Amino acid sequence: MPVLSYIEAVTQALDEEMSRDENVFVLGEDVGKRGGVFQATKGLYDKYGENRVIDTPLAESAIAGVGIGAAMYGMRPVAEMQFSDFMLPAANQIISEAAKTRYRSNNDWSVPMTIRAPFGGGVHGGLYHSQSMEAIFANVPGLKIVIPSTPYDVKGLLKASIRDNDPVIFFEHKRAYRLIKGEVPVDDYTIPLGKADVKRDGTDVTVITYGLMVHYAMQAADKLAAEGISTHILDLRTVYPLDKEAIVDAARKTGKVLLLTEDTKEGSVISEAAAIIAENCLFDLDAPIRRLAAPDAPAMPYAGPLEQAFMVKPEQVENEIRDLAEF
Amino acid sequence: MAMPQLGESVTEGTISQWLISVGDTVNKYDPIAEVTTDKVNAEIPSSFSGKITELLVGEGDTLPVGEPICTIEVEGAEPAVEKLVKNTAGKAAQKEEQQDTSMKRRYSPAVLRLAQEHDLNLDQIAGTGRSGRITRKDVESYIASAPKEHTIESPSDMHVPQPSAAGCFSEAVAKEAAKPAVHASRTFENEAGDHVVALTGVRRAIASNMLRSKHEIPHAWTMIEVDVTNLVNYRNQIKGAFLKKEGHKLTYLPFFIKAIVAALKEFPRINSTWAGDKIIEKKAVNISLAVAADEALYVPVIKNADEKSIKGLAFAVDELAANVRENRLSPDDMQGGTFTVNNTGSFGSIQSQPIINYPQAAILSIESIVKRPVVVNNMIAIRDMVNLCISIDHRVLDGLITGRFLARVKELLENINPENTPIY
Repeated sequence: MPVLSYIEAVTQALDEEMSRDENVFVLGEDVGKRGGVFQATKGLYDKYGENRVIDTPLAESAIAGVGIGAAMYGMRPVAEMQFSDFMLPAANQIISEAAKTRYRSNNDWSVPMTIRAPFGGGVHGGLYHSQSMEAIFANVPGLKIVIPSTPYDVKGLLKASIRDNDPVIFFEHKRAYRLIKGEVPVDDYTIPLGKADVKRDGTDVTVITYGLMVHYAMQAADKLAAEGISTHILDLRTVYPLDKEAIVDAARKTGKVLLLTEDTKEGSVISEAAAIIAENCLFDLDAPIRRLAAPDAPAMPYAGPLEQAFMVKPEQVENEIRDLAEF
Repeated sequence: MAMPQLGESVTEGTISQWLISVGDTVNKYDPIAEVTTDKVNAEIPSSFSGKITELLVGEGDTLPVGEPICTIEVEGAEPAVEKLVKNTAGKAAQKEEQQDTSMKRRYSPAVLRLAQEHDLNLDQIAGTGRSGRITRKDVESYIASAPKEHTIESPSDMHVPQPSAAGCFSEAVAKEAAKPAVHASRTFENEAGDHVVALTGVRRAIASNMLRSKHEIPHAWTMIEVDVTNLVNYRNQIKGAFLKKEGHKLTYLPFFIKAIVAALKEFPRINSTWAGDKIIEKKAVNISLAVAADEALYVPVIKNADEKSIKGLAFAVDELAANVRENRLSPDDMQGGTFTVNNTGSFGSIQSQPIINYPQAAILSIESIVKRPVVVNNMIAIRDMVNLCISIDHRVLDGLITGRFLARVKELLENINPENTPIY
């Protein structure tokens, strides 16, 4: 099986879906000739031409709005936000229109659009290139939010998102783009949206997380295994709506739960996971539910040492798991 | 010098060419190497002025951002001494914590639930958590290591256990039996001439089963009377021939069991068990039969009673009774009962309030058959009458379904004849 980087899996999924369905097209800033600022759409312009790989002006609201209109007319647009930090001008289009069109039109219209957006910190990107934006959209019924952690999941989930008949926001972790590599089948497969995935089976402590933090948890689990601590890791994969059943099962598995995100803590996706566990698992819990997240500060600092202090680090994950195991 | 980050998604780089060699002197910002990433190619500048002392990677090597690529001796700087200060205090603190048991009795919801479900005394479990806290895992491994010694299985368990000795008895006797099982809140003095009877294992089991049934199951009771004149006549006709041919006495009991089993098949809710968050209607109809011995009461089981003829039931009853008398009952003989029949009539009783054989849902007593004057077709007639008494688990059963079940048993018994109830 070929080994691809996270970003190569994005490109492959886009390529396969574009050749499979001529209604699929890509639009965004620099996605055409330039191949995308991260090279996610590399080669697509040459292969499919300027009508299906469209360079847009620097106007996120227009990228989303054009995508919504095209989608309502039966196309399957894949809109790229160059950085998720710049999605906010498009938030009105996404929240007020894309998410509500099916409901508002009583099923007459739908918006089968995928919005790809690189997110996440630890890349020395400073205030406007490091944020986690999922929580802003994770309270908007009508949207789905997917955040894959591995190249295998990237391909299967991106293809499923493009084929989904409703709007999906697909957040890709910038740091994972070239850091994370893994086996990706050449064949056409999809992974169902809304389903979390047990990435590691364990008995002492459950970690529920998503995105790059899955890898931090896996690293920590490997180290802790040598100390005899067995870690159960659930990768949410779809952070909205959440896979409640999988969260409850994972929490019951060990009764000690660490919820992990690189987003700032208050009101984050994992806070909702904590509520689900509290509602369902009281008599299975053996320790207080813990959250490990970034501090509630306005943004990721640019200065190296401060960025380090802000970002959740693998050692912190390890220490939290150990602390829960010893509780 | 470390591998620099040459772009936001760039996490590694490849040294394509060194622009300096060991021994060269470089100034700050002089290019020292060409680096290729999958986004950019760039020259990397020196961060220091000094002499190159070592190249740590070769041309063509790929390494993560932040990894050292070469060393530079900076003029006037002391060679860095690695600081290896290990925090040993942490370990010591952990050691001390082992002695601390302040959390020993601070139980989590999971631990309390497990303790309750398995009837555990948490004082007996060692805690491996912080400050001696008993963790869920401690309880789970305790249960797994010694399930028989420490636990009484929960009524919500799917596989419902059978008591090893008596599960039913008349109430007055049960009260006596229960006393020893009650925690000794007071001591009993025995006076001169009293005979003190040491408890046998069977007596203890009876006591605890009776107590448990009465504590956990909300009992309700009802009774009907049945005219069994037809049954008495039928049995009188054939009992001599049966004894001669089969070598066994033909009693009334198999006929009663046959009718009860037939009614149970029609009312599966009677043949069920309370399982905490659900009711389980058992498919098998296994009749527990109360059989008295001198000092104890046993409830061996007639398995699949619904598949047996009158003769089959008669033989099964005789065999179980013989096993009890001769102390030959195996644990298997006691397992799997779904409904209990109690033949109190054999003592001459005409009414009783049996205690349910835990965890079944009902128990039925067959009282003495007695001749009584009753009104038939507006005339007084002498008929063979019997009382059937039933105790039910009111969590599982209500009066309506119980009444219908008893009415069906009555109908079957009153209409017994050679045609609808063959012996074979």
